[in-house]
Amino acid sequence: MSQVIVITSGKGGVGKTTTSANVGTALALSGRQVVLVDADIGLRNLDVVMGLENRIVYDLVDVVEGRCRLRQALIKDKRFDGLFLLPAAQTRDKSAVSPEQMKKLTDSLKEEFDYVILDCPAGIEQGFKNAIAGADRALVVTTPEVSAVRDADRIIGLLESHGISNTQLIINRVRMNMVKRGDMMAMEDVVEILAIDLIGVVPDDENIVVSTNKGEPAAAEANSLAGKAFRNIAERVEGKEIPFLDLQADSNFVGRLKKVFGFGH
Amino acid sequence: MLDFNSLFSRKNKSSSVAKDRLKLVLIHDRINCSTELLEMMRADIVAVISKYVDIDTDDFNIEISNLQYEEGGKKSPVLSANIPIKNLKKINH
Repeated sequence: MSQVIVITSGKGGVGKTTTSANVGTALALSGRQVVLVDADIGLRNLDVVMGLENRIVYDLVDVVEGRCRLRQALIKDKRFDGLFLLPAAQTRDKSAVSPEQMKKLTDSLKEEFDYVILDCPAGIEQGFKNAIAGADRALVVTTPEVSAVRDADRIIGLLESHGISNTQLIINRVRMNMVKRGDMMAMEDVVEILAIDLIGVVPDDENIVVSTNKGEPAAAEANSLAGKAFRNIAERVEGKEIPFLDLQADSNFVGRLKKVFGFGH
Repeated sequence: MLDFNSLFSRKNKSSSVAKDRLKLVLIHDRINCSTELLEMMRADIVAVISKYVDIDTDDFNIEISNLQYEEGGKKSPVLSANIPIKNLKKINH
């Protein structure tokens, strides 16, 4: 059964595009047919995060306005079997597409792919409404900061009022050493406040910056901790029960020491 | 066994400050009810109750807060009013 999953957050800069790229890549790595759709019209970025920016010929608006067939606009990622990208238009704005057109687009993508992953723009206006129009479920990305969690709460409410109740939370850029010394909200705190299911916790990982620089998703790197976290999220998206990562593996020296002597938890 | 974390209470840590501030902000965000509307409800409630008892309108307090309900863990907003009574009027039937 195909699914349309929207990756959203409300606040900008919390890692929606990175999450879309990595969860999509991880799903493709486990043998699924996946299309990544950049719904951020006018500010496209998923193409550069995926390293596919040089291969764009047609975009989402071209498809919607009938200048090309859907197949022509899809960019096949040669590195990963079954992974495709539908880029956003860069020279248009969000009003170029309506929620009805997006619904029609995702419906036709659903016929060919197991997963349609929509990278939602920041904000709660037209772009957000377009991105959620055809979504079956949502992954809300937040970081453990007051502003990001507040916006996530608003987004969860808006998703519900648009009839999307299958919503799960991803807490991104967690710094375990800061959580341990009480300077960053723990994942339990965030989950308690937002009162929704957690589907993944992603550590703040320098590998993400490096892989974004190169245009190679971290999910494909065996020894990236964030990459592993994204692969786990992909497995949970498929309904598998995967335990949450022990993020203390990357914590500071004292943390490791405490663990060795059995003081940690 | 000695627990390092209990030595440093999290009470004054910035993460607890963040959590408390966030909870307060969200109470207001989730209500989605303007102060004007609250003021109108307050005036009407005062008028109705004043028919039966003398109330202290200065200390009359009305607010909307979130209470956690067990069923499905869903949070629903609750309107609560704190109304100090000065004098019970004698009502003739």
